[in-house]
Amino acid sequence: MNQENETFEKSMRRLEEIVRTMERGDVPLEQSLALFEEGTALVRACGKLLDTAELRIKRLTQAPDGSPIEEDFSDGTAV
Amino acid sequence: MTQNVLTITELSTYLKTMMDRDDLLSSMAVRGEISNYKVYPSGHHYFTLKDENSALKCVMFRGSAMSLRFRPANGMKVIAMGRITVYPRDGVYQLYCSALMVDGVGDLHAAFEQLKEKLSKQGLFDPAHKKPIPRYPGVIGIITSSAGAAIHDMLRILARRYPITQVKLLPVRVQGAEAPEEIAAAIRYSNAHRLADVLIVGRGGGSIEDLWAFNDERVAYAIYESRIPVISAVGHEPDVTISDYVADVRAATPSNAAELAVPDREALSQQLDGFCSAMISNLSGKIQSARRQLGAFSASAALQSPESYLKLRRRDLSYLQDRLSSAQLRLIQGQKQSFIAAAAKLDALSPLKVLTRGYAVVSGENGSLIRSAAQAEIGQTVSIRLNDGSFRAVVSQKEVAP
Repeated sequence: MNQENETFEKSMRRLEEIVRTMERGDVPLEQSLALFEEGTALVRACGKLLDTAELRIKRLTQAPDGSPIEEDFSDGTAV
Repeated sequence: MTQNVLTITELSTYLKTMMDRDDLLSSMAVRGEISNYKVYPSGHHYFTLKDENSALKCVMFRGSAMSLRFRPANGMKVIAMGRITVYPRDGVYQLYCSALMVDGVGDLHAAFEQLKEKLSKQGLFDPAHKKPIPRYPGVIGIITSSAGAAIHDMLRILARRYPITQVKLLPVRVQGAEAPEEIAAAIRYSNAHRLADVLIVGRGGGSIEDLWAFNDERVAYAIYESRIPVISAVGHEPDVTISDYVADVRAATPSNAAELAVPDREALSQQLDGFCSAMISNLSGKIQSARRQLGAFSASAALQSPESYLKLRRRDLSYLQDRLSSAQLRLIQGQKQSFIAAAAKLDALSPLKVLTRGYAVVSGENGSLIRSAAQAEIGQTVSIRLNDGSFRAVVSQKEVAP
């Protein structure tokens, strides 16, 4: 599976949750700061993922037993 | 009798030679109505074409019958193409049919409508069956030709929009007699091995015949049975195939499918900026209201026990402000311009920032601020607070600006 994507998805969902929580109004200042710190760290991490990720492309063929074989697929236009 | 007597076989062979030599008979099209249509276990199709007065025996061998795009039925008006020759064993001539088209409407159109109606009745187009496309797909399976512009267009768009994802390319033939089975098999294979979070199935533009594999019921069933959501991407905008009806999402083109499959990097960046400004404005608001509260407290609590109470609250506030400042600092180290702009708002709120620029706060022994040189007295002990701490000093000299 795709670890980076999983991290990204989790971070985005957590960020939505953080903003929702902070905006609820009954959150004390101390907790808001903690959320803010967590949130800004997530924003930085997500931004970095978006900026540095490179599309990975695999071409699939079948082994004689039917199991998938992956090989790199290079595509000049994809970069 | 001077005439040469022939055997049946000799006669048949003679007739066959005559007919095979004939240009018209060796490649011809004939119009008629189907009757007595039979499919044998061998896969060969046998039928009779007739009009009001005559009949013609026809056979369509398995190989040709496989490329049929509709189900021939008795009573159907068709145009059959092929060659006519003798079948010596039965002493009959027949049409060896290589292609069959519905007469009038156009066979592809008829086949399309037939299949569409059949699959619709079976519930293959049911909106309730359609699965949502995941918001952040980790792996995208692309089932298409590895040649052709379509795959390159899709990869280019995926790389631009959401490079965090991963692509698994399952190359298949997308036209010709083997294409439908290959496409259907690739869909089933992806499911059996859970290869992807979403599948794009399609090809670039072409004639209606080129796109025909995507009007095949084997492909339709494979899409319907797929547990992985399927985006169909066949041809150009106006081309609609059976696959488009069955798929969970229909894309107008392969490029459009790539756009529908993943979120857009630009939009995500904006969303991240949005999270940031929401958090900053929320926190600024809270700090401002905390400061107002402190102001109100100092007015009342200061009357009872001013020293200890204010010290305590001041310490709390500067602790919070320190943490905020360091969070800000880390934010500013990030690259986004909008973060910097938003963070600047927070800067304005912090009195500690003033001290870091080298300014000092001077207070008397009783803690009251000394705001002007005139307030200071020679010999008085004062406390001087800087960014990182404070020290005490004795006033030895003073000059008051005129």
